[in-house]
Amino acid sequence: MGFVPHTEDDVGRMLAALGLSDVEELYTEVRAALPPGDVPDLPGASELELRHHLWEIARLNGRPDQTPCFRGAGAYEHYVPAAVPSLVSRGEFLTSYTPYQAEISQGTLQAMYEFQTAVCELLGMEVANGSMYDGASALAEAALMAMRLTRKHRLLVAETLHPHWLQVLHTYTANVAPEIVTLPAPDGLLDPEQVARALTDETAAVIVQNPNALGLLEPLQEIGVHLASHPAMYLVAAYPTSLGLLTSPGEAHADIAVAEGQPLGLPLSYGGPYLGLFATKLEHVRQMPGRIAGVAYDEQGRKGYVMTLQAREQHIRRERATSNICSNQMHAALAATVYLSLIGPRGFRKIAQNNFVVAHELAEQLSELPGCSLAYTHPFFNEFVLNLPVPAEDIERELWDNGLISGLPLSRWWPGREHQMLFCATEVITEAAIHRLVAALEEALP
Amino acid sequence: MNAETLFEKSRPGRGNNYVDDRGWSAEHEARLPVSARRGTPPALPEVTEGEVVRHFTNLSRRNWGVDVGFYPLGSCTMKYNPRLNEQIAAWPEFSAAHPLRPVRAAQGWLRVMYETERMLSHLCGMERFTLAPAAGAQGELCGMLMVRKYHVERGDARRTVIVPDTAHGTNPATAAQVGFKVVTCPSAADGLVDVKALRGLLNDDVAGIMLTNPNTLGLFERDIREICNLVHEAGGLAYYDGANFNALVGRFRPGDMGFDLVHLNLHKTFSTPHGGGGPGSGPVGVNEKLEPYLPIPLVRKGAEGFEFESDRPLSIGRLNAFAGNAVVVLRAYVYMRLLGTAGLREVSGAAVLAANYLQHRLLEAYDAAHPGRCMHEFVLTAAKQKAQGVRALDIAKRLIDLGFHPPTMYFPLTVPEALMVEPTETENLETLEAFAEAMLQIAREVTEDPEALHTAPHHTPVGRLDEVAAAKDLDLRWTPLSRQRRPGWRPAQQAQPPAREDEHGVA
Repeated sequence: MGFVPHTEDDVGRMLAALGLSDVEELYTEVRAALPPGDVPDLPGASELELRHHLWEIARLNGRPDQTPCFRGAGAYEHYVPAAVPSLVSRGEFLTSYTPYQAEISQGTLQAMYEFQTAVCELLGMEVANGSMYDGASALAEAALMAMRLTRKHRLLVAETLHPHWLQVLHTYTANVAPEIVTLPAPDGLLDPEQVARALTDETAAVIVQNPNALGLLEPLQEIGVHLASHPAMYLVAAYPTSLGLLTSPGEAHADIAVAEGQPLGLPLSYGGPYLGLFATKLEHVRQMPGRIAGVAYDEQGRKGYVMTLQAREQHIRRERATSNICSNQMHAALAATVYLSLIGPRGFRKIAQNNFVVAHELAEQLSELPGCSLAYTHPFFNEFVLNLPVPAEDIERELWDNGLISGLPLSRWWPGREHQMLFCATEVITEAAIHRLVAALEEALP
Repeated sequence: MNAETLFEKSRPGRGNNYVDDRGWSAEHEARLPVSARRGTPPALPEVTEGEVVRHFTNLSRRNWGVDVGFYPLGSCTMKYNPRLNEQIAAWPEFSAAHPLRPVRAAQGWLRVMYETERMLSHLCGMERFTLAPAAGAQGELCGMLMVRKYHVERGDARRTVIVPDTAHGTNPATAAQVGFKVVTCPSAADGLVDVKALRGLLNDDVAGIMLTNPNTLGLFERDIREICNLVHEAGGLAYYDGANFNALVGRFRPGDMGFDLVHLNLHKTFSTPHGGGGPGSGPVGVNEKLEPYLPIPLVRKGAEGFEFESDRPLSIGRLNAFAGNAVVVLRAYVYMRLLGTAGLREVSGAAVLAANYLQHRLLEAYDAAHPGRCMHEFVLTAAKQKAQGVRALDIAKRLIDLGFHPPTMYFPLTVPEALMVEPTETENLETLEAFAEAMLQIAREVTEDPEALHTAPHHTPVGRLDEVAAAKDLDLRWTPLSRQRRPGWRPAQQAQPPAREDEHGVA
């Protein structure tokens, strides 16, 4: 099946106008320039035939929507109101390109402006961009921005940063080769005094994630106080849903705040498309990467929206741009904007509360199972580490045989944690699902 | 209602109830240290679902998409986005899967990734592909990080990357972001890479060259084999920017041209919708030389099914938290399976035919930047019209009046008053003819009614917006103070339309 509408007659007319008799003649020059190379033959299919085939492949994933998932670790299943996919699937949004022609792109541009407003509100910051690829790459770009602003090359990175995010940070900064110093978290948390002592004249930024990769709440404000009187940038990575209850990066005096925006109305999608949130102080806006929408007026004084401060970007500045980013995740940003508009400030707080309640209920029940205990006593939001009497990998296997996705075996990230599992419970986890998990885990334990 | 945000429409007390109360209590609150609690709640809009639906539906009506009409934005390949892609992408078997599921609970996903990698490798003549890059520019970043590592591992830290003057802005921006010095190679009078000039630029500090073929003028670089050979002889690598692959897909392979690595834009050639600026997906293919440096994660076939490869000591690392824009990859997979090689060959042939025909029609009134055979797109110059007082910008805005999305303007930078037209293969002949008629009408208006061009567009919710004032008097988010803001209106004393902040290209 294909989507080319040209009839034989159309093709004939176009060729005749060009003085040609065959489409292949359009490639004469190409053929002359290249050695004969065969493109291997891949078969096509009708829509009906292909759907049968795709269904066979899809089935191999099971039914994730009907399988309770107690795994977060950077990607979170939250409830998505029906109006979100319904609105964002409108073709006028879905099939548009970057809003280069503002007069016929006001929908995208205004949505971007509203997105920026909502992100500033969530993160407690002054200015936000129109999105980055995901939270991890947003953090890496934030580190690059901090190094540009401070002209320093030492990054103090919390040991409790999501390990994949740390890998992305290393990838993005490979050529700058910053000195990346690990801030230790011996009991799962940073020590603000120790962070303060680690600051030097060479420090470009301190990077902290909250809740951290173990699910624990870092002393965000206390670290911020130490950094307020130091030229180093304070980079805070937040979990948006938690911000219904927890200190915002802005309240903790962050200079740059980033987040993974997937929890704001986007499905898990096996890792993407996700959504990088990126916000900072107004004074730093000219060093911010990515597209930004702003208000503009036409000659008649009518208000509209444009992409602004484009002199930072690659299509103008080329090799002197603040970043090479071009395509962002606008469609995901639109979904997040719709989501936040639907749930509103009270819904936002209630969802955060529900996460807290459900996760603490789960933690209480799991920690009462024989040989199980919570690895830390510090406050957490919706994720926690459970000590198990047997290897976590075995538990993962047994629970999947019972149709459950367990917490994440932490040895996947950190060797030496073979008996630990990172559990998560969001507002979508029902009482019944908790009972199923507890029963299945009890069964699996010796 | 004009341009009013939902924040302005908000009324205290309105809202929706999507979740039940799960029993939050003072006891729960007490478990949160005071310093960990949020002080000021976010001022999100308080509106009903009905208001939200109406707001965004009305916003969508102020937007142009391929679903709305012709979108000949050069270098962006705005082709029809098949609905089957969307349907499969929404199947919960795919969309509800957690990225860290046990691999045996994700065999469908891993199979899609494995087979997509194989298909793209076949189509490009490459050894392997990574699907991780989230967009073309991240693909470029990935590619140039591999180029860098390749040289470093050989103990040959080369610092220069050559980029033609017609290149997309992302090429030099990427090379610079990876720490290379960017050297621009001029085009010859025929719009192609000046091979003689290139020879002069090559030396043992050159890490590689970044090229688009066909180039951004829509011309096939016929010396491409020689160019790649010269770069190889100098010890460099050749990088293929796949933005224009729609001209060749199913017929010719970058690998056969001599390229070592390739990025593709799935949101261009492979029909995934661009969503108003993203998400895209920018897979990168490499030959054997660069295979060890591919980013993680990669999928392989193991004894017990598909699995992630973890032992990649020379990998450049990770580009995203998980496996990239997986659902965009899935859409492209569906598209390739639907069309097959024969269908893809029809795509490129029809795209090139449509572009040549449209160029032929427009040459009646416009000058081509480089007359002659084009590939899937062509570049006009409105220099002649400018001499008569009308700019490419005016022509573009007038096209909006006549029911079309304008072509890419002022790019490539080497062409004065450039208009870059890419019709794609999915437009019927009637649409191509109607667009040609509109362009010819505009050409007549240059002398007959220039005012209609200078003041266009006339029927859009807003006219030309003052980008310079917007960049000076920044309003980047709504606040309650925005209500009191005075419109930055000034009397129209200037004979010229409001200045643009800058002209832009695309990638």
